[in-house]
Amino acid sequence: MNLMTTLSTGSGFWNPVLWLVALIITLIIAYLIWARGERQYKAGTEQVKPFISGNPEPRKGAVHIRAGNLYWGFTDALQGYYRRVIPLHTGILTDYLLWVLWVTALVCILVVV
Amino acid sequence: MIEEFIFTNLPALMVAVPLLAAFVCPLVAQISPAMRKMWVMGSMAITSLLGLLLVMRVYTMGTFVYVFGASTPGLSIPLDSGGIPIRIVFTVDAMSAFMDLIIAIVGFCVILYSLSSDERRTSPQYYYTLFLLLIAAVIGMVSTGDLFNFFVFIEISSLASAGLVAYSVEKGRAVEAGLKYFMVSALGGIFLLFVIGILYGQYDALNIAMIAQRMQFTMLDKIALVLLVAALAAKCGAVPMHFWTPDAYSLAPSSVTAMLVVASQASLYGLFRFTFTMYHLSLNYVTIGWTIIVLGVLSMVIGVTMAIPQKDVKRLMAYHAISQTGYMLLGVGVGLAVLGNETAINSFGTIAMEGGIFHIINHALYKGLLFLTAGAIIYRIGTRDLNRMGGLGHSMKYTMIFFIIGSLAIAGIPPFNGFASKLLIYESVYLFNPFLAIIAMVVSILTLASFVKVFHSIFMGPPLPEFASVREVPLPMLLGMGILATLVILFGVFPQTVVNLIVAPAVHALIDQSGYISAILGGA
Repeated sequence: MNLMTTLSTGSGFWNPVLWLVALIITLIIAYLIWARGERQYKAGTEQVKPFISGNPEPRKGAVHIRAGNLYWGFTDALQGYYRRVIPLHTGILTDYLLWVLWVTALVCILVVV
Repeated sequence: MIEEFIFTNLPALMVAVPLLAAFVCPLVAQISPAMRKMWVMGSMAITSLLGLLLVMRVYTMGTFVYVFGASTPGLSIPLDSGGIPIRIVFTVDAMSAFMDLIIAIVGFCVILYSLSSDERRTSPQYYYTLFLLLIAAVIGMVSTGDLFNFFVFIEISSLASAGLVAYSVEKGRAVEAGLKYFMVSALGGIFLLFVIGILYGQYDALNIAMIAQRMQFTMLDKIALVLLVAALAAKCGAVPMHFWTPDAYSLAPSSVTAMLVVASQASLYGLFRFTFTMYHLSLNYVTIGWTIIVLGVLSMVIGVTMAIPQKDVKRLMAYHAISQTGYMLLGVGVGLAVLGNETAINSFGTIAMEGGIFHIINHALYKGLLFLTAGAIIYRIGTRDLNRMGGLGHSMKYTMIFFIIGSLAIAGIPPFNGFASKLLIYESVYLFNPFLAIIAMVVSILTLASFVKVFHSIFMGPPLPEFASVREVPLPMLLGMGILATLVILFGVFPQTVVNLIVAPAVHALIDQSGYISAILGGA
């Protein structure tokens, strides 16, 4: 089994089966901890309703955080980078072809000269 | 008798079956839609079966040389040809067989999926004609041992792909994307034609082995090499020649996109085949190796950073496809950069190449799977806009599970296949240049972050009222995704088996130029 599952990387090795065994043991321990938790939980009662400081629960569609609101911090922090890279994606066919020609010229200088 | 015929003519049948099926498809479709479905599925199943047989044949008995029109299929040099292999020669070594295996697996899953997902398209018979034509072309690209045939097959692949990208029209946007893809491909095709002219003019041969044997690396050869690298890097979507990729991948039908990934990898195969087999040590391997590495790093970084702000699920995945191509370029580029250094190639160069080549098949599996899951979502809710999605995990549980498997694999999370190939790349590239390995790891983290966003946007949250009637996709679509997901897991759990059986022989075939030449020229 070792020969089939242990990947030799030259500098070390990786055995996914060992990793899976460790994962299963971790999940069992997590389950045991969870099973010792609150036993008074009742589905479908007031217990499961969100508490929003007494305000009514918003409609389902309004609760979901949409994709456009995720990672704005990341893109905002890198706006200097994005300000330069996004405009390069012009969508204009001649630009696409020019980029191929530029790269060809650059590689040509590197290889031929 | 039939068995002998099949085994003798496997490489030819691999191309002939889908090619014939493509052109007969519109006629069969006249009988009934059910017959058309059976015809398409049956021909793809036979092609895949032939592919698997060919792969087994090559991995057990070595390189398969098939000469069209020869008195015996293995006679590569006719007695009266002056020692030149003048006929069309298919040379299927372990690297070609590796690519054939990818096409056999992904092609079958995609066609199976497509029978349900693309049934609503207008004139599906022409759609499948183009699809089977694309499969035949890609098989031809990776099987041929002849430079001009490679050009012919890449042109067929470009034409079929452009037609398929444009097929859904999408108010003209898909047609525009198809045109862009076609024009970039046409430029690459012209470059290839120049290369053929240059090499034929110098060496009186179009056979790759023959040119490799006679290679002098003159100034003209250098120009040919530059044109080859540029054309094939553009075709595989390497940054900064990647601009067509998000347009084409996002607007093509999802099953087509999954197959376009394989078509792009066939161009990558061409890049590796020509640099390693045709030029080998005669080229300035450090310069070309570093050129490929730089293209790889740019692809990884720009691909993933451009993916993060995307709001169109398929466009986002297209940028990730560019990013993942970067890993393959990085791994194999490192192998090329140290090709002439025996100590380096033995200590880490070969493993870097194994990582890069292993990543090709892993990428085809998980990226194919991800594009199919995206297609399943679009099939049900009719939009690609992530901002309009949410809560679909309640109604599309199987699709969600397949998406999770694909996402974790692309992000390099154990125990999925992406982790295994990326680990090989990280560790070997670290020995070459630690900075490059760190970039590769950071890109993986960003990939995970990006797919967490996609997963949250599509599947998490409460069930949305507008998607109350959404249900799981039909069984053939689930089966197509399921087979790919199973392979993603199996390749991740048994990585060494995959490396030993198919990856290491493929890498050896690339490095062993003399083996390739002697298989065709017989040590002449």
